[in-house]
Amino acid sequence: MLADKDRIFTNLYGYQPWTLKAAQMRGDWDNTKALLARGQDAIIEEIKASGLRGRGGAGFPTGMKWSFMPKESKDGRPSFLVINADESEPGSCKDREIIRHEPHKLVEGALIAGYAMRARAAYIYTRGEYIREAETLFAAVAEAYAAGFLGKNACGSGYDFDVFVHRGAGAYICGEETAMLESLEGKKGQPRLKPPFPAGAGLYGCPTTVNNVESIAVAPTILRRGAAWFSSFGRDNNKGTKLFQISGHVERPCVVEEAMSVPFSELIEKHCGGIRGGRDNLLAVIPGGSSVPLVPAAEIWDAPMDFDGLKAVGSGLGTAAVIVMDKSTDIVRAIARLSYFYKHESCGQCTPCREGTGWMWRVMERLRTGDAAVEEIDMLHQVTKQVEGHTICALGDAAAWPIQGLIKNFRPEIERRIAEHQREAAE
Amino acid sequence: MSDRHPEPDSSELRARWGGFVWTAENAEKAKEIIARYPAGRQRSAVMPLLDLAQRQVGAETQTQGWLPLPVMEYVAGQLEMPVIRVLEVATFYMMYNIQPVGRFHVQVCGTTPCMLRGSDEIMAACHKRGMHLGHTTDDGLFTLTEVECMGNCASAPMVQINDDNYEDLTAESLNHILDELAAGRQPKTGTQLPGRHTVEPVGALSTLTAMAEANHDYRGEW
Repeated sequence: MLADKDRIFTNLYGYQPWTLKAAQMRGDWDNTKALLARGQDAIIEEIKASGLRGRGGAGFPTGMKWSFMPKESKDGRPSFLVINADESEPGSCKDREIIRHEPHKLVEGALIAGYAMRARAAYIYTRGEYIREAETLFAAVAEAYAAGFLGKNACGSGYDFDVFVHRGAGAYICGEETAMLESLEGKKGQPRLKPPFPAGAGLYGCPTTVNNVESIAVAPTILRRGAAWFSSFGRDNNKGTKLFQISGHVERPCVVEEAMSVPFSELIEKHCGGIRGGRDNLLAVIPGGSSVPLVPAAEIWDAPMDFDGLKAVGSGLGTAAVIVMDKSTDIVRAIARLSYFYKHESCGQCTPCREGTGWMWRVMERLRTGDAAVEEIDMLHQVTKQVEGHTICALGDAAAWPIQGLIKNFRPEIERRIAEHQREAAE
Repeated sequence: MSDRHPEPDSSELRARWGGFVWTAENAEKAKEIIARYPAGRQRSAVMPLLDLAQRQVGAETQTQGWLPLPVMEYVAGQLEMPVIRVLEVATFYMMYNIQPVGRFHVQVCGTTPCMLRGSDEIMAACHKRGMHLGHTTDDGLFTLTEVECMGNCASAPMVQINDDNYEDLTAESLNHILDELAAGRQPKTGTQLPGRHTVEPVGALSTLTAMAEANHDYRGEW
């Protein structure tokens, strides 16, 4: 198990104040000037060497992402850092804890990352429903300004950098990076076609990098402790520590920081008190937030919780939001409810998604009660394949994958319901 | 996509809200908000200004607040943008109420992680009190909405009421919260599970035990 001294988010549970003074006593903002003095390229190299991969779900190498930003502005356009705090993926509840209990890690990370990519300012886009959390973040940013850590000559580095907080207003799609940029510009959050990629033309048409809250908040500690320390956790290609969020049918749901590649069984037994009703009562797990396919009990138990380990069992790490379902779960309903979620959150821009998510949900509802024909299972699967990959953003894919995972792993259960329904209708 | 319709324009609506202007305090706030964005990009402020306007309407009507069309027009005027662009934003984002709501907007999360932890029971408890989805109770106190994942999955099931979250709910604790609010008192926010602080494993802290006691500095152990 990860030792407490190797945890980055030591105030994860908010037992202690989030304020600047308390955060400094835990090591935040400790000689940030010296970190910045290492220079932009050295910071990016250190992050690259640490093996940090984006914590928002896609897992793109963070250092490499930063290196895509222009080193100098040839046409006078400034660069921006946008921090994605629009945490809305069902099952995900880690960014909230960072924002309300460790906001200074995020704000210090914003300065360091923004400096490394030569950005003029950072916008932290928090999800609208995190109302109290945003109040904390606004206050933390104000504290940092008052202490001279942000603004003109930030931390005495000679670099001018601003951090602004922008609250969303209830749209899952704004977690998609280009939808987030649209939203920041005061429009409906509908994703943009790529290219151009944000690093070329992002916020206000300027070079922009969008990073997840957790990716940014771990950066200062990585610099302080070194890339070698961070990369000492986890398997190759899956380095570092990670906030796992375990919800559903465990004895003690919680958020916990662990080393990447921790086996599922260890995560559940050491931190969550085990599966409700014991290991044999486990039915299936959605290991990375609602968008990834579910994994049946037998395959998940020993799986390493990392990008490659979960890919190997046909799923993904996503945001490391682990939704546990025991044998009391109506598995078809659990997935149908996710289909409703995607129907509700489709932005309406692309036809396959706008029409497809509603269609898929309606069929899922009929499969739930068994009011369907067996052939419709294959038809539904075929439709998910027609939505997947045919939309501007990944919401269509995210709506398709849970259904595909259900059909792959629980087809007999769906068929049983249909047979039962037909039998009842005949009687 | 969700099915939402703004309150239709009418002479009554114009009579009530046509004269909407910021309070002195909110006028200052609006200026500060617009200054967060680069010059000429004031349109970026439309979301925070709509939120501010909704809150002001809420304060004036003793409800959570909503956005009548004349108020959207006022925001559009300040940001020098077409009214239709403001209406698009107000209808796209779920947190803008485009129809009147009650004093307390009870938003029950019903997405899978909450469902697994018993959100059906929470919703049933609301129904039992005479609350119905999309409606405000006759006394004007409670508007009930089912919302999508609110990011409180490790302390599910949950409900957000106006600005506060109430987590680890049971039908009993929900009833207590609603009774307190109806009586004009502020119930405890956050987790309702006895002995739980936030999102730690309740009763069996598996990590960071020193932090529960004092603001521990781990750097000496690096």
